[in-house]
Amino acid sequence: MSDDKSGIIMPAPSSLITRRNALMGGAGLLLAGCDQINASPTVKAALSLGEKATHGAQRLVTDRNALAEEFSRAEMSPVFRQNGNQNPGTSAYNALAANKFADWTLSVDGMVAHPLRISLAQMMSAPRRTQITRHDCVEGWSAIGEWSGVPLGLILKRAGMSSNAKYVVFHCADSTGGIPYYESIDMIDAFHPQTILATHMNGELLAVGHGAPLRLRVERQLGYKQAKYVMRVEAVASLDGIHGGGGGYWEDHRGYQWFAGI
Amino acid sequence: MLDACARLGGSGNLATHTADSEAGRPTSRAEAGASPLIYRTKLPVRIWHWINALSIFVMLMSGMMIFNAHPRLYWGEYGANLDTPWLVIGNRGTSGFLYVLGIEIPTTGVLGYAQNTANAFPPLVTIPSTYSLADARQWHFAFAWVLLISATLFMLYNIVSGHLRRDLALKREERSLSHLWHDIKEHARLRFPTGDAARAYNPLQKIAYLGVLFVLIPVVILTGCTMSPMLNAAFPWLADVFGGRPSARSIHFLCATGFALFITVHLLAVVLAGPLNELRSIITGWYRLPKERSK
Repeated sequence: MSDDKSGIIMPAPSSLITRRNALMGGAGLLLAGCDQINASPTVKAALSLGEKATHGAQRLVTDRNALAEEFSRAEMSPVFRQNGNQNPGTSAYNALAANKFADWTLSVDGMVAHPLRISLAQMMSAPRRTQITRHDCVEGWSAIGEWSGVPLGLILKRAGMSSNAKYVVFHCADSTGGIPYYESIDMIDAFHPQTILATHMNGELLAVGHGAPLRLRVERQLGYKQAKYVMRVEAVASLDGIHGGGGGYWEDHRGYQWFAGI
Repeated sequence: MLDACARLGGSGNLATHTADSEAGRPTSRAEAGASPLIYRTKLPVRIWHWINALSIFVMLMSGMMIFNAHPRLYWGEYGANLDTPWLVIGNRGTSGFLYVLGIEIPTTGVLGYAQNTANAFPPLVTIPSTYSLADARQWHFAFAWVLLISATLFMLYNIVSGHLRRDLALKREERSLSHLWHDIKEHARLRFPTGDAARAYNPLQKIAYLGVLFVLIPVVILTGCTMSPMLNAAFPWLADVFGGRPSARSIHFLCATGFALFITVHLLAVVLAGPLNELRSIITGWYRLPKERSK
């Protein structure tokens, strides 16, 4: 960061142009210096202390069962934008979509006593919860929509999840540049009453752009945790060894925080 | 916030002893007739000033990068691309613009498009300089702790030490409009207090500092918390107070603008009031009273 000074205090610039060039060079060096700081592993480790503190503090001061705010139909966004991957586009997915997901099944496996395969028809007839909540994207926008689906906790109990399982991983049909999308949450969020596997949005079956036929809703976390196109739910004791080990696509590849409570 | 606060966070310690009266202080070199050097800014004030300055700069710069991810602001409970914003910083090709409350201002080279980059805020002022929402968030939420903890401790110090009551609170006579108007006129003429009057903060300066401590810092922290979906669930009154998450985000941005304005005026005042003397007082605590003006 101090490199910039050599650019700014260049000896006796003879013309304004030279001085301006020197200043521009100084600014460039300043940016390069700052970027070096940003890229330093030590700095990254230090900054991640803030992430750990936030995660710990939020769990400490918040009621684990506190419900995300729910809204009335009148308060819903007129248009709920689609974002992220908007169609897995694989031939397997296209075939499922062409048949209105009649052949689709959700696998529930990992550390469970009774691995399950659940069809869409079974999902439709299971007990469900409907909630109008606000979707908060990490980018800063918010949209309010109605989600309806099966509480994740019910499914995990039905599968006889082991008490040693610490995380639930969601494997998805979509991918970015050949890298599959996945997400994970801890058991506090997995058994939160508003955590549902949604089949419906705004009173209709999920559109492909919104994650048909099944999308996770974890209402107290940011948008990238709300995995679309969920194909498989896996209970695990550790996130190590699952893809990049970061617990999600954005966590592995872009450095986003696993705990997306802020 | 629009006052010319002449001094960098001095404690306004009104102790009458001067450096000359303190044995061992390196002030005997003050030549005869020079105005006295006083110990004005106590250590806790100086420490907080610099920690706070650092964290505010990191918060502003990383905050601008976070804003770049969605450079639009809304009022209400929801707000996304297809809703109506009250502020947008954007670009059309290589032309940058700022849209605010129905008015569009060309800002190429400053906002929207600058340094050959189509970001709302240009690389020179963001952390990191190249687009990375994830990294900016790491900086923002790490330094948020620094800001929160140091501001909380400083607030306690203010109350316990009496700094707030003694130095920051407006005195009875300072609360009259005519007194404030006089102070505004003096500032506009760049005539800052001299002599004994310079031992204490002047009224506009007090208002600026109180505004930062009791308005900007608390509101920026609370609106920041309001944007957290987890805290929002636990403390739903937060969103009620600010009128929804998008509104809280707008207010958060306005607070950031308030900090930027404060810093601008603050630094300008430091330069006008004598930068070396001001810097010495916020680093060492020792301040040379400006000589009494001849009327």
